[in-house]
Amino acid sequence: MYRYDSYDQSIVDARVDEFRDQVQRRLTGALTEDQFKPLRLMNGLYLQLHAYMLRVAIPYGTLSGKQMRKLGEIAAKYDKGYGHFTTRQNLQYNWIKLADAPDILAELATVEMHAIQTSGNCIRNISSDQYAGVSADEVADPRPWAELLRQWSSFHPEFTYLPRKFKIAVIASDDDRAAMRLHDIGLKLVSKDGVIGAEVYAGGGMGRTPMVAPQIRDFVPEEEIVSYLEACLRVYNRYGRRDNKYKARIKILVHEIGVEDYKRQVEEEFAHMKQLGLNPPVEELDRIRAFFANPAYETGLSEAIDRADPAFALWVDRQVAAHKQPGYAIVNISLKPLTGIPGDASAEQIELVASLAEQYSLDELRVTHAQNLVLPHVKKADLYAIWQKLENAGLAEANLDLITDIIACPGLDYCALANARSIPLAQKIAQRFADAERQAELGELKLKISGCINACGHHHAGHIGILGVDRKGVENFQLSLGGSGAEDTSLGQITGPGFSEDGVVDAIEKVTDLYLAQRESGERFLDTYRRLGMKPFKEAIYG
Amino acid sequence: MVEFLSFRDGESAQEPAVTVESFTGQTNATAVRVEPGEDARELLPYLDRLSLVEVNFPAYGDGRGYSAARILRESGYQGELRAVGDVLVDQINAMRRCGFDSFHPNKALDDAAVDRALNRYADVYQKAIDGRQPVWAKRHPEKIDG
Repeated sequence: MYRYDSYDQSIVDARVDEFRDQVQRRLTGALTEDQFKPLRLMNGLYLQLHAYMLRVAIPYGTLSGKQMRKLGEIAAKYDKGYGHFTTRQNLQYNWIKLADAPDILAELATVEMHAIQTSGNCIRNISSDQYAGVSADEVADPRPWAELLRQWSSFHPEFTYLPRKFKIAVIASDDDRAAMRLHDIGLKLVSKDGVIGAEVYAGGGMGRTPMVAPQIRDFVPEEEIVSYLEACLRVYNRYGRRDNKYKARIKILVHEIGVEDYKRQVEEEFAHMKQLGLNPPVEELDRIRAFFANPAYETGLSEAIDRADPAFALWVDRQVAAHKQPGYAIVNISLKPLTGIPGDASAEQIELVASLAEQYSLDELRVTHAQNLVLPHVKKADLYAIWQKLENAGLAEANLDLITDIIACPGLDYCALANARSIPLAQKIAQRFADAERQAELGELKLKISGCINACGHHHAGHIGILGVDRKGVENFQLSLGGSGAEDTSLGQITGPGFSEDGVVDAIEKVTDLYLAQRESGERFLDTYRRLGMKPFKEAIYG
Repeated sequence: MVEFLSFRDGESAQEPAVTVESFTGQTNATAVRVEPGEDARELLPYLDRLSLVEVNFPAYGDGRGYSAARILRESGYQGELRAVGDVLVDQINAMRRCGFDSFHPNKALDDAAVDRALNRYADVYQKAIDGRQPVWAKRHPEKIDG
């Protein structure tokens, strides 16, 4: 894992000092709320329905046991005892007092964490693959690139007042676990003639106008990635729309001028910018890379897993993924208990996972964009002990990628933008499909709920997606089918008229029944939908 | 409180700035004002005769002026580069990094707050226009010329 040096630490400490000063000015009345708002928003502090919400950055979703423990301590001390993991691999506290925010940042800084640029019209937390460094199929670990870009984008003097927020993802596998092409810029690391570089995709995103990012370059070598991205951002900063915040994301610019014209402008700017000495020397990426070298794996470990306990065996089959190192496994921890809030964890659960990471996972864990957690380096021999501890803490749900592994935004229970409540609906769906055999029978089925058109719950990318809208003061839910945030990226299509909360649960049951009746061997829900098209599903729902 | 702030040696330019359109259409003006939607590159053929470029920020959240400033400096402009309009203390540091060397904000700034803002961050992550060594250069001094 990356560790701060004195430079990184001094920058984060300076930010704490700056924010403390800004909060102080607000509390004494020297700043009005209008003047304070843009300042707090640069630091992930939102004023929500009931309290302030603070969003903490978890760069590329990787953290240590000590960092996780600190997140739990803050939840216990300053929140109501919970943290909420988000689809950008971050963590939000929903019940924060303004006066406490500087102290929270100071506590985070002691474990090399911050809330810098977790909101605002700037470059946000860089997201990545939760299996980075441990999956066998990646061409390189994407996290050193993500860390290089974290540093480059932090307090970037030119790109802090962009037309709109800007999200970057970096992956390095053919299996896309980070919804890379639904980002403003997506990078996929590839090897060309033995040299690692990046394919670049631009103009993807969700929100009210979802788009899948087209490729704008097939290779940028590592020593030029910073100047290339400066060129991408400069064209966007200069020409992205600022007249309408709903048309201000880069996807609209790329769509309106066309990908060829955007590419041409970026290439012209890049030809100019690569002369300016903006790129760190390759030694800097090498320095960062050294932090992500393989940990000290043991060798000669047993591959055996004692499956005598059937509940454990079920969990292993669902939650454990293959690790590149013999004798090790990747453990997925579900934050989707059937009666819980998707992505929520209590202070005690956070503490437990921190301890598990320290004891069993070489002091490392990950957050996924699907709002789950990962212990990336677990000895197969330790799986049973881990499962027992998770079971005792209510964290042993075996539903990874199943219909109850729901992504949901906080919705109207917390969020000032929402039109509808996402959490009660997620719980209703989980209850309806609670039967483990039924879930397993349905197989991989990614269900995603957004409580408003801003699409924080990624509904466009759901095999089944649900969008909450307000219809004449009543919550109404639109259903869409056929989206995917994986390597086969696609956007869901709306089935037709919307439903009440109970009505949409019934409609989901109708489409899953149709799938079970019509599927051919080996087909997931998504595959059957793609083969049959919308018509029969529509008939099943409305017919 | 200060109404005008300059980091240049000597006097600041006094000539009133004209619009980009009228500037590129005449030969004797030496001061120009760039609005957010205008292309700073239109000025590049005239950098030698310019002594003042004002970049207007009608609203602090419109960041196009940062790119305009950097483009002018990257192209060798040495004259005064002035940020005008909705310029707040919290933006001064980034503006300095992008090459602005004078400021004429709508509302006067508190000098002590400006000082704090400019000196708060001892280190920066990017190479920009202000000549500050980014952290990566300090980490690898042997790789950096001069």
